[in-house]
Amino acid sequence: MRPILMKGHERPLTFLKYNKDGDLLFSCAKDHTPTVWFADNGERLGTYRGHNGAVWCCDISRDSSRLITGSADQSAMLWDVKSGKQLFTFNFDSPARSVDFSVGEKMAVITTDPFMGLTSAIHIKDIAANPADQVAESKLVIKGPQGRINRAVWGPLNKTIISAGEDAVVRIWDAETGQLLLENDKEVGHKKPITSLAKSTDGSHFLTGSLDKSAKLWDIRSLTLIKTYVTERPVNAVAMSPLLNHVVLGGGQDASAVTTTDHRAGKFEAKFYDKILQEEIGGVKGHFGPINALAFNPDGRSFSSGGEDGYVRLHHFDPDYFKIPSI
Amino acid sequence: MADVMSMDDIRSEAARLNIDLSSIDWDSVRVPPGQDFGIKSDDEDLNEEDSLEFDGGFGNVIIVDNLPVVAREKFEKLEGVVRKIYSQIGVIKENGLWMPVEEDTGKTRGYCFIEYNTPQEAELAKEKTNGYKLDRAHIFAVNMFDEIDKFMKVPDEWAPPEIKPYTPGENLQHWLTDEKGRDQFVIRAGSDTEVLWNDARQVKADPVYKRPFWTESFVQWSPLGTYLATVHRQGAAVWGGASTFNRLMRYAHPQVKLIDFSPGEKYLVTYSSHEPSNPRDTHRVVLNIFDVRTGKVMRDFKGSADEFAIGGTGGFTGVSWPVFRWGGGKEDKYFARMGKNVISVYETETFSLIDKKSIKVENVMDFCWSPTDPIFALFVPELGGGNQPARVSLFQIPGKEELRQKNLFSVSDCKMYWQSNGEYLAVKVDRYTKTKKSTYTGFELFRIKERDIPIEVFELDNKNDKVIAFAWEPKGHRFAVIHGDNPRPDVSFYSVKGGKVLKLTTLKQKQANALFWSPSGRFIILAGLKGFNGQLEFYNVDELETMATAEHFMATDIEWDPTGRYVATSVTSVHEMENGFNIWSFNGKLLYRILKDHFFQFLWRPRPPSFLSPEKEEEIAKNLKKYSKKYDVQDQDISVLLSEQDREKRKQLKDDWERWVNEWKKYHEEEKEARRALRDGEDSDVEEEYEAKEVEVEEELDVKEEVIPDA
Repeated sequence: MRPILMKGHERPLTFLKYNKDGDLLFSCAKDHTPTVWFADNGERLGTYRGHNGAVWCCDISRDSSRLITGSADQSAMLWDVKSGKQLFTFNFDSPARSVDFSVGEKMAVITTDPFMGLTSAIHIKDIAANPADQVAESKLVIKGPQGRINRAVWGPLNKTIISAGEDAVVRIWDAETGQLLLENDKEVGHKKPITSLAKSTDGSHFLTGSLDKSAKLWDIRSLTLIKTYVTERPVNAVAMSPLLNHVVLGGGQDASAVTTTDHRAGKFEAKFYDKILQEEIGGVKGHFGPINALAFNPDGRSFSSGGEDGYVRLHHFDPDYFKIPSI
Repeated sequence: MADVMSMDDIRSEAARLNIDLSSIDWDSVRVPPGQDFGIKSDDEDLNEEDSLEFDGGFGNVIIVDNLPVVAREKFEKLEGVVRKIYSQIGVIKENGLWMPVEEDTGKTRGYCFIEYNTPQEAELAKEKTNGYKLDRAHIFAVNMFDEIDKFMKVPDEWAPPEIKPYTPGENLQHWLTDEKGRDQFVIRAGSDTEVLWNDARQVKADPVYKRPFWTESFVQWSPLGTYLATVHRQGAAVWGGASTFNRLMRYAHPQVKLIDFSPGEKYLVTYSSHEPSNPRDTHRVVLNIFDVRTGKVMRDFKGSADEFAIGGTGGFTGVSWPVFRWGGGKEDKYFARMGKNVISVYETETFSLIDKKSIKVENVMDFCWSPTDPIFALFVPELGGGNQPARVSLFQIPGKEELRQKNLFSVSDCKMYWQSNGEYLAVKVDRYTKTKKSTYTGFELFRIKERDIPIEVFELDNKNDKVIAFAWEPKGHRFAVIHGDNPRPDVSFYSVKGGKVLKLTTLKQKQANALFWSPSGRFIILAGLKGFNGQLEFYNVDELETMATAEHFMATDIEWDPTGRYVATSVTSVHEMENGFNIWSFNGKLLYRILKDHFFQFLWRPRPPSFLSPEKEEEIAKNLKKYSKKYDVQDQDISVLLSEQDREKRKQLKDDWERWVNEWKKYHEEEKEARRALRDGEDSDVEEEYEAKEVEVEEELDVKEEVIPDA
């Protein structure tokens, strides 16, 4: 499996996302400019200029017409995917960390960081079909969790919001009222900050990765812990194959400590696990630095990883990969 | 007074009794013995006898007896003398010297009390001046004030001690009778200490006993594996038992830092070093030798750190551990320590110096006991700028005869390596080249068991090679050397059988910097720790072939199990990442790995030596097939069982997963309509199903008409 190296960012990658059709790959980095690539050959298609800070997260509408990005410049932006035009800017008083479109794209959930005395918050915005009708007001603001909320996504039928962050707790909120519905069982939950969260394609379960060197699979409705994947390094990014029962974990030693040891010491591999048996089945090496972002192509035949080293590595699986026996 | 008083009650009571609470020194309040005012102590130790150190109070007061009895006019002079003597040792408290006088005559009574600032000073004063000769008639008898109580309690008439009925103890070696012949190990990770079985056939570790905060610094097995020692602020303790770990004995030694068992685990040496009261002084060092079974102190040594700092070159000071080195094999008969120009050998019958004097050896640098016999080797460096050669000598105890001596010239350093049966002694000698700018290495091999102890001189093929590691094969006649100046050094194997040093082979360019022989010999691990990131090569020295190469990334420690069947490699928390351990088979197959954050220690439980005679062992080795048949069947059974279990487990996991998936499907179906509504009626039937369609597109790129001319 020879990866395609995509060098378009000057700073560490933060987030990767494929569109629904799996032909486009959107990448976010600390260099202010989200970029879109052809998911097949890694050719750069265009950039979205306008942010004035690190871009932490993005989401693409189902019809690949809209892009939403959240940035450290205390704003979230709506873009026209095709033309790269800014359609609307949501301004906040603190950096926007995570963004996610609801089913039907009539709403978006945006999280903001604790900043200058402000606590972290989850904002729910209405998204107008026509950008001209777009309003900046939040439909609902949820506050409560201590520390940064690293990721918030929609639950089934847009009825709930699932959030996870620095306090290591996964929470489910009512998306209508903002009430806290569920918190994960402390006994089995993560012990250190949760860095990433990925939903399954059908939205029935999700995977969280944490600095406690593990990833956990949860039921999205009951918040029951289903699986735990244990690794040797802090997990920064997680992804689930839509095709096979595989999960991928990426991460590594803290970026500030990597130069002090052998390059293998950081273990900057993307590790594949059997989703059901929780056993490690393989690894993909390559990045010089921790992996910050992982995404599976919706067809399950390729995946990409984004690293602290500023590269996106696009891997098309060898035919052998699909022959990995499963139970 | 059974009820507990509140502070308010105390204040009103004090007002009633006309006591000013603020003027009371609460520390001086002493509760009558046995009275607890209804407050139960939650410290079980308080009820036990060995807790004298908690009694405090008058711990900083000493009584000096046998002072001269003087008249009133000489009182001040005597006081001056006493003050002068005792203020040298520590700071006497203000009004801390009290010499009682006879009321009618004004004569002193021949004793005085001295109160120091700290109990340590008082202790030191007692130690230093007990037996001090002021003059012929007045030899000081110094006691701690706290001890008076103890002396008072001595009954006037002797009563025969009560004979306790004999209660049989547990079989402390029960673990050796494990049906599956497994070995135990102890690990320490985070605050937990845990003993486990190495169940290699089932490729897992089977827990035996776990206890959080079992020790305050480290744990250590006794050399024969009977006890597990833990170290605490108050002292050390040993644990053991048939099925679990009970505390068998405690050894009080405040602030103990290091412990060491004698090879036959009869005695335990504990060590602590204490801050001096005067910062200009060196640290005070306390060593106790306990009898492991009775917990009695057999001998204690106290002194300044300087007295125990040994083996130093060029102003190096510090205590090298173990201070006492045990000799004479497993019988624990002798122990020795090196001092300046002397080696002091003690014997354990009386715990005193043999012949009441130490062996004088000018400038001795290092010494080393034979692991089996009461013989030690010592090294004396060159003196007088090379006029007096360096020398290695062998001494026999208790006779103190020099068995053999070898003079060596232009030596920079020597290291001694005993073979585990005490048959051979290898001395690695670093010599200066003629220019004195660099050194090269040679070996002197002593064949101890042969007549007159012949010495073989031996050098590496390239004698300028730096020697990185040297190791004898346990119980064998071979040794391995890592040598070379390359980043990838060479490894050579030699045999000394029959008096000749014979090179077996040299392996070129290995990533190795440490050697780990299997305890049963024959197999060795060439390990590249630290800089080589945990490279492992499992090598068979009989066949001279590599069995396996592997890597345990970042490995810091390697330890063979006592039988030589398995090896543990571990990454301890010197690194932040990858903490945990791997268990390998002797031939380099990774059996299982366990990750633990903050992993500190991995120690196999040692086994006592086998009772089989060498002949019997040989016979077993010869007919191994016959003996191993039984185990083959067991192995087979277990592997069938394992694969069965594995299948079961997988099936279980799969079924569980299927259940989840079905539930999710059900929800998904139920919510289909609602989802469609959310999407403005967009059909969601195929929404999550991705289909790869192959579409053939034909495109006309160019059309050209050409006329083909007739032929």
